[in-house]
Amino acid sequence: MTPFHLYMAQRLSALVMAPFVLVHLGVMIYAIQGGLTAAEILGRTQGSLFWFLFYGMFVIAVALHAALGLRVILAEWAGLRGGVLNGVSTAIGLGLLGLGAHAVWAVTAGGGA
Amino acid sequence: MSHRETITVTVQRGSAATGQHMQEFQVPAYESQTVLDVVSWIQQNTDPTLTYRFACRVGMCGSCAMMVNGVPRWTCRTHVKKVLKDQRIDIAPLRNLPVLKDLAVDMDPFFDKWVAAEGRHHPSIGRDAPIPAINPEAAARQVASAGIECINCSICYAACDTVANDPDYLGPAALQRAWTVYNDAKDADRGAILDAVSGKGGCHSCHSMGSCTAYCPNGLDPLSAIAGLKRATTRRFFGGGA
Amino acid sequence: MSRVARAHPLWLAYILHRLSGLLLALFLPFHFLVLSLALHNAARLDAFLTLAEIPVIKLSETALVFLLAVHMFGGLRLMALEWLPWSGAQKTWAASAAAGAVFLSFLFLMRAI
Ligand code: SF4
Ligand code: SF4
Ligand code: FES
Repeated sequence: MTPFHLYMAQRLSALVMAPFVLVHLGVMIYAIQGGLTAAEILGRTQGSLFWFLFYGMFVIAVALHAALGLRVILAEWAGLRGGVLNGVSTAIGLGLLGLGAHAVWAVTAGGGA
Repeated sequence: MSHRETITVTVQRGSAATGQHMQEFQVPAYESQTVLDVVSWIQQNTDPTLTYRFACRVGMCGSCAMMVNGVPRWTCRTHVKKVLKDQRIDIAPLRNLPVLKDLAVDMDPFFDKWVAAEGRHHPSIGRDAPIPAINPEAAARQVASAGIECINCSICYAACDTVANDPDYLGPAALQRAWTVYNDAKDADRGAILDAVSGKGGCHSCHSMGSCTAYCPNGLDPLSAIAGLKRATTRRFFGGGA
Repeated sequence: MSRVARAHPLWLAYILHRLSGLLLALFLPFHFLVLSLALHNAARLDAFLTLAEIPVIKLSETALVFLLAVHMFGGLRLMALEWLPWSGAQKTWAASAAAGAVFLSFLFLMRAI
C-alpha cells in the first residue's frame, strides 16, 4: 500500500458511504420520534436482506474509512510511524469490522435465534 | 524629528542549541515603517548582534519572511500600522524550519523538498532545436502561469499545519511548483512528477486547510495546485494517463 | 513563544472535519456493542434505549447527528474540491456544509423531544 493507495481507499470508502449516511440520517430522524424500542428497531431490520446488505456494506466501508482516518491522526498528532502505525491502524480496522459485523448480525439475522 | 511615540517589539532570540527567549525592545514609531525597518532599527541602534535575513526590500527575493504576531509575513512589505496591536508587535523566526539564530532559519529542508517534489524541467528537445511557440491563452498554460510568481519565501510552508505535524510532507510551495511544471507544454516527463508527488509526504497528505493560500503574500493558490495534483494522480489511477 | 494565528474559514473546516471524524470513530465501537445486545438480550437493549429519554443523552445524540452530517457534507466538499474541475467558492461550500449539518441535527432534536 503506497500513500496514494491509502488515499484512494479513504476517498472511495467515503464515496460508498455517502448514500448510506444519508439514509442512516433519514432513518434516525424518522425513527427517533416517540422514542426507540428494541422491538421497533428489530421489527424493521430482522430477517431483511435489504437491511443486512445495507448495514453490512456500511460497516465494511466505515471500518476501512475510520481506520484510515485514525491512521492519519495517529501519525500527525501522536507521532506514530512505520510498523507501529500500520499495526495499530490495522488492528483498529479489524476490531471495528468485527464489532460492526456482530452488530449487523444481531439486528438483521439474530434476535430470537 | 522627535520620536515621542515608541512601539514595544518582542523578538525571539537564540537558537534551539543555545536556548531561546523573548527580548523586548523600544523602537521609535515612524509614520511609514515596515516590520523589516523595525528589525533593522534594533540591529543598527540597540543590538548589533541581532541576526535576521533580507535582501531586496521590495518583495521579490523572498528572504525576509518571519512570524509577525503569529502570522507568517514578508516583513519588507508588511506595514507596522497593519499589524500593530496596543503599540506592540511580536516577531519570531519562521515556523516549521530549524532556527539558526534569532530570526534566521535554515531554509535547507524547504529547498530539499522542492527538489524531491520533482518540480524541475524535463527537457523535451535539445538545446539546438528551435524554441517552440507557446500559446499564452491555452488552458494548461494559464494553470501553469498561475503558480510561477512564487518567490520561495516559505511563508506557506510556515503556515501549513500538515508540515508541522508530518516531517515528511513536501509542503505547499514544492507541490505547487510540481503542478506548474506538470502543466508546462514543454515538459517531457509528467509521469515522473506524478510519481514524485505520490510518495511518502506527497500531495495526498494535504488536508486542504488552505493556510498556504490564505497567507501567500503573492496571492498564489497552492491549495488548488495541490488539488490539481490529486486530481491528476487519481485520473492516472483510473487509466486516464499522466 | 508566540501562538500561531490560523483561524480562517477553511482551517476551521479542516479542524471540524478532523475532530468530528475522531469523535465518530471513538463512538463507533460503543454503538456496535449496544446494537449487539439485541442478539441475546433484547431486554437490556430496551433498558439502554430508555436512557435516551434523559435530556443530556438526547442532546448528545443530537451532537452525534451533527458530527455525522458535518463530516459527510464536509467530506463531500473536499472530494469535489479534489476531483471536480472547479475550485472556487470553497468558503461558501464549507459554510454550507456546516449549515446543512446544523439543520439536520436541529430537525433530529425537534423530533426527539
Ligand atoms: S492546503 Fe495543504 S498545503 Fe496548504 S496549508 Fe493546508 S495542508 Fe498545507
Ligand atoms: S507559494 Fe507564496 S507563500 Fe509559498 S513560497 Fe511561493 S510566494 Fe511564498
Ligand atoms: S527582503 Fe526580499 S522579499 Fe522581503
